[in-house]
Amino acid sequence: MDKTISTVAEAVADIPDGAQVMIGGFGGSGAPIELIHALIDRFRATGSPKNITVINNNAGNGYIGIAAMIKAGMVKKMICSFPRSSNAEAFNEKFLAGEIELELVPQGTLAERIRATGAGIPAFYTPTSFGTELAEGKPTEEFDGKMYVRERWLKADFALIKGQMGDTVGNMTYRMAGRNFNPLMAMAAAKTIAQVSELGEPGSIDPQQVITPGIFVDAIVEVAQPQQEEVLVRTGVVY
Amino acid sequence: MSDFNIMADKLSNAQIAWRAAQDIEDGSYVNLGIGFPEMIAKFQPEGRDVTYHTENGVLGFGKAPKDGEEDWDLINAGKTAITLNPGASFFHHADSFSMVRGGHLDLAVLGAYQVAQNGDLANWRVGSKGVPAVGGAMDLVHGAKRVAVVTDHVTKDGGPKLVETCTFPLTGVGCVTRVYTSLAVIDIEGGKFILREKLPGLSMEALQAVTGATLHTEGDVLDLIVPQDL
Repeated sequence: MDKTISTVAEAVADIPDGAQVMIGGFGGSGAPIELIHALIDRFRATGSPKNITVINNNAGNGYIGIAAMIKAGMVKKMICSFPRSSNAEAFNEKFLAGEIELELVPQGTLAERIRATGAGIPAFYTPTSFGTELAEGKPTEEFDGKMYVRERWLKADFALIKGQMGDTVGNMTYRMAGRNFNPLMAMAAAKTIAQVSELGEPGSIDPQQVITPGIFVDAIVEVAQPQQEEVLVRTGVVY
Repeated sequence: MSDFNIMADKLSNAQIAWRAAQDIEDGSYVNLGIGFPEMIAKFQPEGRDVTYHTENGVLGFGKAPKDGEEDWDLINAGKTAITLNPGASFFHHADSFSMVRGGHLDLAVLGAYQVAQNGDLANWRVGSKGVPAVGGAMDLVHGAKRVAVVTDHVTKDGGPKLVETCTFPLTGVGCVTRVYTSLAVIDIEGGKFILREKLPGLSMEALQAVTGATLHTEGDVLDLIVPQDL
């Protein structure tokens, strides 16, 4: 069961117009920059995929990664918790011009909605957002004297994630805080595409160290020296 | 006594952070909000063992690294570089927020635009303009055993930030248990502000005049004393 794909371009070749795509990462760590840029390359060459809905904690920083997707005009909607970062002009301009939709989700609720999909749980109750404008229109219920808001699972057609070590059957580890949403998104998407810094044969990762078991990963591609989002943003790189 | 000038004599943010730090208990798990609340860690009293949590999946982080020694895969929720203390751990976002909502944190400290006398907090947006962003604030106000706020007592215009009812969009309902301000330390109990400490020289009348809801007392009100050289 070899899930290896040889290039990032091939790895993202199936993502169609209108797809809902989860992209791992938080702030400047853990984003699969090469997979995102391969998607942008395809859009620039062919006009597809367009009208993408992106699910990420943020809405891109600087002029690379998700920000470059937005700038290129391929994103219809962002589902995220914190689009207002220090260097988020790409999203801000489109949002204030009414050219991109936003679904704002509290960070823990975003994580749990993604996890719920991966776990086959269609809805759950959380105290988060009760009594706030982000709970408007959502069912509420009292449990043991406290009020909770019902939230639905959040699904995706594809997940683009980044890991540290991987093997050809899809087992993965992550580098430090680059883990963040990546293992949850791996579980939630209909098809999960992973890039890893080191790709080995089955057995190359100690089973006790595996964080994402291969059952959650559909395609895996090696990017040996991955670009680091925060470094790209700080050095002003434009993609 | 009568020459107390609220805008001139109030505490600095560092002094407020110092006061909040004195209440962090030995052996506790703590989340400090991005920005002003993060300053509290600097004033953690010696001899107390405190483990700091950050939303993006790190428990047990330490000080910022030196310039040039940053590893940008090792950051906190404010997206700034951190270091690890011995015993630190990494975990994914769902585990991180299980620690928050599941009642595993002892203390969360946040900033505020407004705090109401029933414990309602408004700290994520001031109106309907601009780009809204909530992050983890709405999660953090639920689950921690104590939810404290550090804030100036008044707005830049001198208006009250401690109010009867929040007028800005809410972050959470009835969630704040203690407020450290530039003038006072106030608990929230039974839908009321209970004054615990106030700056020496500041009269009850003057403090009440810049507070948007009634200040109650239970027993003695202590002097709020902080180091002057922060």
